[in-house]
Amino acid sequence: METIIKKTQRTGPVIFSEYTRGKAVRKAIEIGRNDILFELKDSGLKGRGGAGFPTATKWMLSAAANGEKKYIVCNADEGEPGTFKDRVLLLEYPELIFDGMVIAGFTIGAKEGIVYLRGEYEYMLKSLEDYLEEMRKDNLLGKNILGKDGFDFDITIRLGSGAYVCGEETALIESLEGNRGEPRNRPPYPVNTGFMGYPTVVNNVETLAVVPHIVLKGGGWFKQHGTDKSTGSKLFSVSGDCARPGVYELPWGIKISELLFIVRAENTKAVQIGGASGVCIPKSQFDRAFAYEDIATGGSIMIFNESRNMLKVLKNFMEFFVEESCGQCTPCRIGNLKLLEGVNKIESGDFTFGYINTLKELGKTMQVASKCGLGQSSPNPFISILENFKEEIFNSKNRNGGSNGKAR
Amino acid sequence: MAKRDSRTPVSQQPHTVEIPDDITTIGGTVTVEINEKKVSVPFGTTILEACKTNQIHIPTLCHHPDLCIAGTCRVCLVDVEGMRTLQTSCSFPITSPIKIKTTTPMVRKARRHIIDLLLSEHYGECYTCVRNNNCELQALAKEYGVDNFTFGHVDKPRFEIDRSSPSVIRDMNKCVLCKRCVRTCIDLQEVGVLEAINRGDKTHIGTFYDKALADVVCINCGQCINRCPTGALHANDPSDDIWAAIDDPTKHVVIQTAPSPRAAIGEEFGQPAGTSYTGELNTALRRIGFDKVFDTNFSADLTIMEEGTELLNRLKAVLVDKDESVKLPQFTSCSPGWIKYIEHFYPEYLDHLSTAKSPQQMFGAVIKTFYAKEADVKPEDIVTVALMPCSAKKFECNRPEMADSGFKDVDYGLTTREMAKMIKEAGIHLPEMPSTNFDDPFGDASGAGLIFGATGGVMEAALRTAYELVTGREVPFKNLKIEPCRGFQGVKQASVKLENCVEDYKFLEGADLKFIVAHGTANAKIVMEMLKRGELNDVHFIEIMACPGGCIGGGGQPIPTSEAIRTARAKAIYEEEESLPIRKSHENTHVKYLYEKFLTDGPCGHLSHKLLHTHYTKRGKFIS
Amino acid sequence: MLVFEKNALSEDIEEFILKFGAERSALLPILQSVQRKHKYVSDFAQQEIARLMNIHPVEVYSVISFYSFLHSNPQGRNIVRLCQTISCDMAGKIAVADAIKRELGINFGETTKDKRITLEYTNCVGMCDQGPAMIVNERVFTKLDPEKAVKILSEIK
Repeated sequence: METIIKKTQRTGPVIFSEYTRGKAVRKAIEIGRNDILFELKDSGLKGRGGAGFPTATKWMLSAAANGEKKYIVCNADEGEPGTFKDRVLLLEYPELIFDGMVIAGFTIGAKEGIVYLRGEYEYMLKSLEDYLEEMRKDNLLGKNILGKDGFDFDITIRLGSGAYVCGEETALIESLEGNRGEPRNRPPYPVNTGFMGYPTVVNNVETLAVVPHIVLKGGGWFKQHGTDKSTGSKLFSVSGDCARPGVYELPWGIKISELLFIVRAENTKAVQIGGASGVCIPKSQFDRAFAYEDIATGGSIMIFNESRNMLKVLKNFMEFFVEESCGQCTPCRIGNLKLLEGVNKIESGDFTFGYINTLKELGKTMQVASKCGLGQSSPNPFISILENFKEEIFNSKNRNGGSNGKAR
Repeated sequence: MAKRDSRTPVSQQPHTVEIPDDITTIGGTVTVEINEKKVSVPFGTTILEACKTNQIHIPTLCHHPDLCIAGTCRVCLVDVEGMRTLQTSCSFPITSPIKIKTTTPMVRKARRHIIDLLLSEHYGECYTCVRNNNCELQALAKEYGVDNFTFGHVDKPRFEIDRSSPSVIRDMNKCVLCKRCVRTCIDLQEVGVLEAINRGDKTHIGTFYDKALADVVCINCGQCINRCPTGALHANDPSDDIWAAIDDPTKHVVIQTAPSPRAAIGEEFGQPAGTSYTGELNTALRRIGFDKVFDTNFSADLTIMEEGTELLNRLKAVLVDKDESVKLPQFTSCSPGWIKYIEHFYPEYLDHLSTAKSPQQMFGAVIKTFYAKEADVKPEDIVTVALMPCSAKKFECNRPEMADSGFKDVDYGLTTREMAKMIKEAGIHLPEMPSTNFDDPFGDASGAGLIFGATGGVMEAALRTAYELVTGREVPFKNLKIEPCRGFQGVKQASVKLENCVEDYKFLEGADLKFIVAHGTANAKIVMEMLKRGELNDVHFIEIMACPGGCIGGGGQPIPTSEAIRTARAKAIYEEEESLPIRKSHENTHVKYLYEKFLTDGPCGHLSHKLLHTHYTKRGKFIS
Repeated sequence: MLVFEKNALSEDIEEFILKFGAERSALLPILQSVQRKHKYVSDFAQQEIARLMNIHPVEVYSVISFYSFLHSNPQGRNIVRLCQTISCDMAGKIAVADAIKRELGINFGETTKDKRITLEYTNCVGMCDQGPAMIVNERVFTKLDPEKAVKILSEIK
């Protein structure tokens, strides 16, 4: 699969910097578990899927957990609308991901790694499996890896089958176990009770891809990039109204306006950050920064120019959630339906502001009452778009103005 | 006994934390703050349990004491200090000194929103619902002062009501997706007919390919009905037809009442679980207009005579005649849910089932033959009704083979709940009724028949008779209470030594009569798998009841149900039994009379075989 | 279904179970394998899988119904999934969708009469920078326009 920006054209401080397969694994074996955990902690690396849980803490908890077996799961169920950074990593940088998994296995004492690859990426399966085979030949996988006695680790790839919610770590585990991808109750957390009940680390593709660089160059080096609270760099998947869509590695702390300049976006009205479940930022706030302390994100950036109808954007998002909710918990299953109905009401002009406010209140309930991240974040676009674009949406002159795309 | 192989997802299994025996040990208890009050609870207790033991009410919907945790309805949310989101109290184990608040504005608003959402999708009006006044959703709406449909209300049904089953009716328009029926069907009963289908807003509870319930391997146990919080699942109610029969002067309407309903029907009239209303019920039934009120315990005694004799015959055939076509262990056949279960899931073992009909069906056959003659009524004018704790009895009486009297042996199976409704409709408050006896000629039954209602009861009754037939002495248990048969352990195994046998049964001298009692089909599955593995070759007799707790926990019993309620009902039965003058089936004078006057060739004789025994159908579990 | 077809299907399933195991965690790989070969998992296949894995058929059906890419009813020989998510939408999904519908004479969610193609919408396929995108069986096609989409479809056997 060809991507617009060639691998040779990519540059970046961490992930897109140079790396040779196996190098970090060798170093990891040399320095040992404690030093890996130390560097990881020192780096301040947080989960790159969006939730931002400190990776070192996750590894330490599962390293400390009791279990005859432990698992490393690579969450490659990238399904958030507007996200495709994992696609690029899987296609072009598998050495980083797999080495990251091997290092994770070494650190927490897991012998098995599983890549949960979304069904939409089935076309990558063959090349990834071939890559794993090469690693086995190089003794980067298998028994006594790189001659280290007792260091056994191997990776299998499992396919998803078209369910966005399986990107949620406990839903992913349920799916691996052969069940409907319905998120679990927490506690217990996967670090203690994960796949088949064993301690399991579930890390995002990008998180794992960062690990080899941290192991090689140290946590101190890593945190030179980014801000105090958001260390390192981040991959951004940029799509929508801009001249240069694609994946960019940029340091945390970069401003929205700076990113828009880099990707050559013009006449930008709004930026949806974090995918469908993220927030929609209007022009007036483009000086805000991408950072855990300001706008945290898994990296999906969708750009809307002046011609776009934000209500239709919102409708597309809500339709997505209604379909992709796992359907087990009440706030998410019915709540998203009500929010979508609300959008339809606004579209047809058949609404009261009182009811729209009630729906916003419902959205706030969903944020605290839903079982998993899907339902907790699905009201975000509803709340932020209606709030930030109320002029456009509720001003009757504008209601039927603007259109989405070429045919709508 | 073998451990159950549970397929429950790990997160839905109760969070197991080893609780030290001595909970005062350091770490054994955790002191938490609930609504700013400090309380100590054992490590691992859920917030819901902790609140309950401290008299703090938390609303629930998907939670059920018999089932694994789901945490899906989100009604039981509470605020835990330091957590970003609200937490479900049913699933949250207390393992550290947390601070919990159960009624913050956010919690109250969230609960109200959730109830509003459920109501917006809940089609149907309360006053036309079988669960009116006993509905958990309705109760929640009341508790939270719901006075309007904030998020609208569906005005059209989305699902067709599935009335295909003679036992269980499913109206998914009223379903709140708590999955209690799914957890009942898959985990508790291991029948596995119901599951969630599709996802997102299209999620619903359904069967394989959304087929009609009658076309899948449902065993009609009705346990799903007992655990449904709303009217989405209910039994197929024949009471209109029964009223019509009562109102028809040409019909002679006879009712038999099983032991379990008596111990439970009081609950429908606001009485605590475990109060027996045997005599009061008799009066109420007569006032409603039933022409005769008979005691199913009579035919339970008859069942013991037939089934016990069959067991002794099988023992002789196997041990003495070395007849390889005769199978041991023998299984009881009283529970129609169990019968359908084995027909579907273990059809190759049908030869192990006793051919004796269930007490309900024996009675029907006797009423339309012997009784019709004795009372000089034409059998075609007799309508037999059976008051049962059971939804599967409705299927059983409609089996085509159940017409050995020349007519449909039992016309209607009526559940305890439906009976209570009829009594109320007749303007009767059951607890106020004077007590009266059953009608003759089947009036007095033995206590052995009565204890059929609880798991292990059939075994206990059979042992009392069989042991005495074989040895000439009473069973060697104090006050005839065969303790190994009692209690709610899933699978119980024990034996009785047969010594100094009478002449006819010398071949059993010194033998250990080994028996097993199991209740709930999940436990039946354990037993069947043991049998399959050849681990039960030395076992002689196995009692299986499809429902947890036996008939007292049947699918037709009052709602709600829980182990505590079932225990109370069982206690009521055992207490009433101890007070009865006759406690062994073979001493029932009416049974003796029946064998003298009608079934003259004795138990398992020719006429018995025609009227009181049946055959089974190899159904298999393939769904076509 | 004819007897020899059933036997062949049973053999396939047994082979998959040999490969992936009979534990519940093998269910998805097995279903995916059956689907890959037969384009859907029939009621007979589901019951065979349930029997060999010692689970209930309704559990298999439930799992299939949860995942968009698994089917319990017959599909066309090729499954075409057009991404309906916002980036592809903005890049001109509707024009492509209309062209496909016109070309095939069916709506989304339907199969052509000759069973050649089943047409579906899908959510984000991770090609947002190159939309509109569609997946034909496992292959991804990007930067579609109506002419390109029609040409791709016409080349499918």
